[in-house]
Amino acid sequence: MKTFLALLHKDLLVGWRGRVRLVGLFTYSLALLLLFSFAVGPDTAALRDHASAYLWLAVLSASTLLLAQSFQQEVEAGAIEGLLLLPVEPAALYYAKAVANLLLLLFLAFATLPLAALLFSLLPAGSLPVMFLVVALGAAGIVAPGTLYAALTARLSSQQVVLPVLLFPLVVPPILAAVKATDLVLEGDAMGELPAWLGLLLVFDAIYWSLSGPLFGKVMEE
Amino acid sequence: MSQPTVQTRDLCRRYGRRWALARVDLDLEPGERLLVLGANGGGKTTLLRVLSTATQPTRGTLRLFGLDPARQPEEVRRRLALLTHLPSLYDDLSGTENLRILARLLRKPLNVRPLLEQVGLDDRPDPVRSFSAGMRKRLSFARLLIQEPELALIDEPYGQLDPDGFLLVDRLVAELSRRGTTVILASHLVERAAGLCARALLLHQGLPRWAGPASDAPKAWSTLHRGAA
Repeated sequence: MKTFLALLHKDLLVGWRGRVRLVGLFTYSLALLLLFSFAVGPDTAALRDHASAYLWLAVLSASTLLLAQSFQQEVEAGAIEGLLLLPVEPAALYYAKAVANLLLLLFLAFATLPLAALLFSLLPAGSLPVMFLVVALGAAGIVAPGTLYAALTARLSSQQVVLPVLLFPLVVPPILAAVKATDLVLEGDAMGELPAWLGLLLVFDAIYWSLSGPLFGKVMEE
Repeated sequence: MSQPTVQTRDLCRRYGRRWALARVDLDLEPGERLLVLGANGGGKTTLLRVLSTATQPTRGTLRLFGLDPARQPEEVRRRLALLTHLPSLYDDLSGTENLRILARLLRKPLNVRPLLEQVGLDDRPDPVRSFSAGMRKRLSFARLLIQEPELALIDEPYGQLDPDGFLLVDRLVAELSRRGTTVILASHLVERAAGLCARALLLHQGLPRWAGPASDAPKAWSTLHRGAA
């Protein structure tokens, strides 16, 4: 646990020092949301209908850049090799990096939410804590396999292309569940479907988080 | 009787169809210092990487501290340190922060100031990205010292350093040796590095071409060059 906390502290410190990159990612997701709203036009009802999908597409796109960046520094200066040669469990390296990525993505998503509400004229019917829960579970579903694939592709010059190609098919189920759950929070859950979608998200999160840690050691072997 | 620090038999490493390292037999006792020589692509870095467990051997046996690194990687890694041309540092963090992270992971004291002083660096608060290549190298040496290894694998110790840095390397290697650390140096600066070591191994195209006292290494090196020319 001490090792995990030391690694998490390191990843968050590196993330904080590189916060300019986070501002860049926030601007990028904002630009995407603006583009979606321009593409649909001034039809407020249509915008509101698809708002949750646009929000998650923006989060997913920004997440691939965030995940790729998270290993870029480690690989460029050989820091990841330095870490792997320490008496540190590879799983601890993975979970620290994944939790740091999750926190950074949540920060990004929560910063984007109010702007999405403004752009798409959203007034959530459900409670805000439930909305935060949906965003947290959805982001966790992206980050767990995303961190693993970011490590796998970190040494590729074409990482920015390969990472989404590998990651997107795998995150279809959690993204679908997150979009649906977000929709229910925004539009109201008359049929009581929300718990089922949250359950589905939880199951996928549990699978991805439990499998990715042990697989990380194999991925980082030569 | 103490176990040899390094013991290899028929150690080989292949990348694709090319053998980067072949038929290396080594026995190093605790506290010994070995100089590894060779032209670019001769297999020096591959040998250090295999010994550090960063790269798996394709064939042959490797035992470090009497242990099999494939079976007990954590135990082995706890006792060795590798210094390569990549500094293994975080550019956005200061030198102190970089060392503290390592100290925390290794559960060592967090006061890293003496180490920074030892490698001739001030306690600078600016990020490592503003450091010169030589300063990064010095910081990498501090990183190695904090690990207090029983086996130090150092690739091109003099690379990127100024003349003061050369003296620093000589001092640090002597200091490691005093602590009983087994040191393997890979360097192109044959005469200088030979002065630090007792034994030398000359690799050519991955194969051991010559082994003997380090004092004879400059001659063996120039003979090989004349032969190659």
